[in-house]
Amino acid sequence: MQVGPELRHCILSGKFLISGNYSTSNDPNTDIIPTELMPIDYNVAFPLALICSLGILVLITDAVITKSGAISYWMSVAGLTIIGAFLFPGIELNGGVPAPSGLSRLFCTIFIASGLLTVIFSRDYLRRLGSERGEYYLMIIFSVAGMMLMALATDLVILFLGLELMSICLYVLAGYLRTRISGNEASLKYFLLGAFITGFILYGIALIYGSTGSLSIDRLVERMQTPGQPVLFWTGAILLLGGFTFKVGAFPFHMWIPDVYQGAPTPVTALMATGAKTAAFSVLVMVFSRRGGMNSGLIRDALSFLAAASMIAGNVMALRQQNVKRMLAYSSIAHAGYMLVGVAAGTPLGSEGVAFYLFSYLFMNLGALGVVSMLEEKEEKNLGYDDYAGLSTGNPVLAALMAVFLFSLAGLPPFGGFFGKYFVFVAAVESGLTWLAILGVLASLTGVYYYIRLVMVMYFQESERASPSPIPVAAFAALILAALINLQLGILPSSLISLIHNLR
Amino acid sequence: MTVESLLILVLALPAAGALSVLLLGRSSVAVVKGVGLAFSLAAFAASLAVAFAFDPSAAGFQMVSRYPWVDTLAISFHVGIDGMSLLLILLTTFMTPIALLASWNSIEKRVKEYVIMMLLLEAGILGVFTALDIFLFYIFWEAMLIPMYFIIGIWGGSNRVYAAVKFFLYTMTGSLLMLVAIIWLGYQGPLQVGQSFTTDLVKLYEVGPLLPAQVQLWMFLAFTLSFAIKVPLFPLHTWLPDAHVEAPTAGSVMLAAVLLKMGTYGFLRFSVPLFPAATLACIPWLSALAVIGIVYGALVSMVQTDIKKLVAYSSVSHLGFVVLGIFALTEESVQGGVLQMVNHGLSTGALFLLVGMMYERRHTREIAEFGGLARVVPVLAVFFMIVSLSSIGLPGLNGFVGEFLILVGAYASPYLSVWFAIISSTGIIFAAIYLLWMYQRVFLGENLNPKNGSLKDLSTREVFVLVPVVFLIVWIGVFPGTFLKLSGRSTQELVNAFRRATSGVSADAVPSSGVGAESAPRPLTPPVR
Repeated sequence: MQVGPELRHCILSGKFLISGNYSTSNDPNTDIIPTELMPIDYNVAFPLALICSLGILVLITDAVITKSGAISYWMSVAGLTIIGAFLFPGIELNGGVPAPSGLSRLFCTIFIASGLLTVIFSRDYLRRLGSERGEYYLMIIFSVAGMMLMALATDLVILFLGLELMSICLYVLAGYLRTRISGNEASLKYFLLGAFITGFILYGIALIYGSTGSLSIDRLVERMQTPGQPVLFWTGAILLLGGFTFKVGAFPFHMWIPDVYQGAPTPVTALMATGAKTAAFSVLVMVFSRRGGMNSGLIRDALSFLAAASMIAGNVMALRQQNVKRMLAYSSIAHAGYMLVGVAAGTPLGSEGVAFYLFSYLFMNLGALGVVSMLEEKEEKNLGYDDYAGLSTGNPVLAALMAVFLFSLAGLPPFGGFFGKYFVFVAAVESGLTWLAILGVLASLTGVYYYIRLVMVMYFQESERASPSPIPVAAFAALILAALINLQLGILPSSLISLIHNLR
Repeated sequence: MTVESLLILVLALPAAGALSVLLLGRSSVAVVKGVGLAFSLAAFAASLAVAFAFDPSAAGFQMVSRYPWVDTLAISFHVGIDGMSLLLILLTTFMTPIALLASWNSIEKRVKEYVIMMLLLEAGILGVFTALDIFLFYIFWEAMLIPMYFIIGIWGGSNRVYAAVKFFLYTMTGSLLMLVAIIWLGYQGPLQVGQSFTTDLVKLYEVGPLLPAQVQLWMFLAFTLSFAIKVPLFPLHTWLPDAHVEAPTAGSVMLAAVLLKMGTYGFLRFSVPLFPAATLACIPWLSALAVIGIVYGALVSMVQTDIKKLVAYSSVSHLGFVVLGIFALTEESVQGGVLQMVNHGLSTGALFLLVGMMYERRHTREIAEFGGLARVVPVLAVFFMIVSLSSIGLPGLNGFVGEFLILVGAYASPYLSVWFAIISSTGIIFAAIYLLWMYQRVFLGENLNPKNGSLKDLSTREVFVLVPVVFLIVWIGVFPGTFLKLSGRSTQELVNAFRRATSGVSADAVPSSGVGAESAPRPLTPPVR
């Protein structure tokens, strides 16, 4: 196969481009060689440079200065907080720190927040399990860097690079607790299936490149909206769709989710369920519902089917779970389904809805898994529904926080989760997918049952168990913050909505 | 202070009360209860001020305030009242302090959470009765489920968990389908008739009747299912006995007195005015279900051995009257329906209070365990008699006025055959049978059970709880005009708007309405247990 001009150029110059406004040609029908390299877009490069520097700094510190996890922990917390503050779209610092534009900026904030909260929850968790080491935090930082690369990429190869960076770190993190058998199983399963799907994605990229001669995502989107594309192109697009659907954990590519989520250290589960999911969704939103207007029939039908199947399958399978972590794993399949409804709608409202959903989901799911991680004991003890009995008397504040997260996950007002669902369903109705909205509410009714069941166990059942060990201050503060954000998004959602709206 | 802010104050006081109680820290139980009661009384006072500021002769909604909330989706915080909602607001703010006071000693664990939940419940219910934006309405409608769920589940009886979950899932099923209807109505409905999307109820009143009949029917069914579950209309009533019996006294009181009214209020506020063509098509069916409910509820009450269950099933019967009144759609019947909502709130609320007081003394509710109580606890017996008679519909007490208006209206209704009125009037006779028979077995005759001999009569607090309710029962019975005047204009408008909207629509224009008003199906023979 002849190497296309863009790729050859990139290979020759030894550089791939990451750019906010990457355009090789003004004429969409011909793919002309860029005569010179685009100047670096610092708005995009700056945050990436920051997070990578942070990673390298932690790496060196850990390798050279100390082997204790404490310094790595504090460096990670401080670094991620600072980068997050730069990136959060609501804050405009004086002097205009370079930051990416559009929805990617919000997505990057979500990754950073997800990483930060994961780091905070990990500290106490790892120490309780007696395996805190510096490289753990390092892996989290680099996986966040991979996620950011995915959201910021405008080129399929860069996208792939980000995906791999994120995934490899997560493979390692999933098996971080070496002595845990389920952890090893999780890591291996995730790795094998992930590598397999990576092949799908790469093959899709190759097919797209082969049939169009371009690696630009912009160009890909344009072509998907112009009729008369070759079969090879569509095959590639479907492979790409399938690959990222695997990464978001939607039915029928969900098989890895329960085992991996259950076996991984709980904070890592939280990172996978929020950060990694958001990263994959950022790609789906950018590629499959970016330009507004209707998606082409094929993709739209495929997305609607995936959404419907995930909502039903995830919720139904979560019903019978006895392990809270596993229940949250299945429910994350269902949540991927709700978000796919917004992607399938393919309208601006749809992608704004998905962004809102992802943002609120970050705080409710991380919150819930955070509580789970605090209650978990050695050898995967204390994870069953029954172990939560009487939590409301043993530790009323923790129980109340968990209740907030669960109600939000169930999609009850006045919590953020309700508005997330509301937006994607409105988008579905608006674009003529009313059946999907009806299916969605029926599925979420199923969801109400198993979330409420946990609330029931916490509040209505008594237990004589001793109350759990005191909660570390930082993690506690993070949980309170997450709960407050859930409430805020439920009572005054317009703050975030207008923020997202103005990002476009 | 403007009248608009007065209404906002009524809405805000219970929520503020809940927040204050939450922030009280480790205060003593008495302080917690006191603060909660003070806030609920303040809300009642504020609602009285609203009632005095309300102009019964003015048309449309009053004390309307509107603030942008979610601009992107054209949702606003839009509240206001008309006569119908005013009566229900008064009922809510009146019953909440009574329920709090009634549970003063019976709630022993987690008192602070309990007071918070009661106040949040009040806030949610008040929101339902004032919202003028269908989306805002839905938020309140759903949000009040959470406190009620906890009230039943934490402080309820032995089978409370089952009852709480059943209550939650039943009501969620209906309301989630309503959510899709709300979304469709807000975002597709106005587009269909050439207007921009909106969830503003006042604007949708213009839009709804213009929709094609087939669409109206689907929307109507989605809304009505949700309301019918809440009422509850036969055959969707099975959650009610469980929830009522397992809930603590105050929970039962709130459930019976106010929560059920959210369903009937929904019929009046949404189902009928938004979808008149579909309403016309469904009148015979809904009325038939209402009549079945009246007779069925009464018959099932008759055979109960548990007093609380008896009262719970009597709710099914009484609410059937309200639904019949609403869907007879004459001025008298709707007026009667609105008044009967208040009446049922007062009498059934009071019955639950009394049953709760008996339970606190004897820790049983089995009729067979009692007997001859009138000699042991004369004051309680007198209160029980008055309230029972009011529930039966004795002239001079409140129940009579409401049921009489409903029956007169249903008899004269152009949409219903006279048999609806005739059959449902048997419900009154049955009510007399089951209540008086129960009264006879519990309070009269010989006291054969030695455990009943040493019961204490009502305490001062308990008398204080009951006197206001009985006072209102008599007031409505003797001077119903005071209350009918408040809602008269609104019901008149409702009926007139319905007549206008359906005057052009013949029964054939509505699909699946092979049954016109004249050939209404006869209600089926009620199943007998």
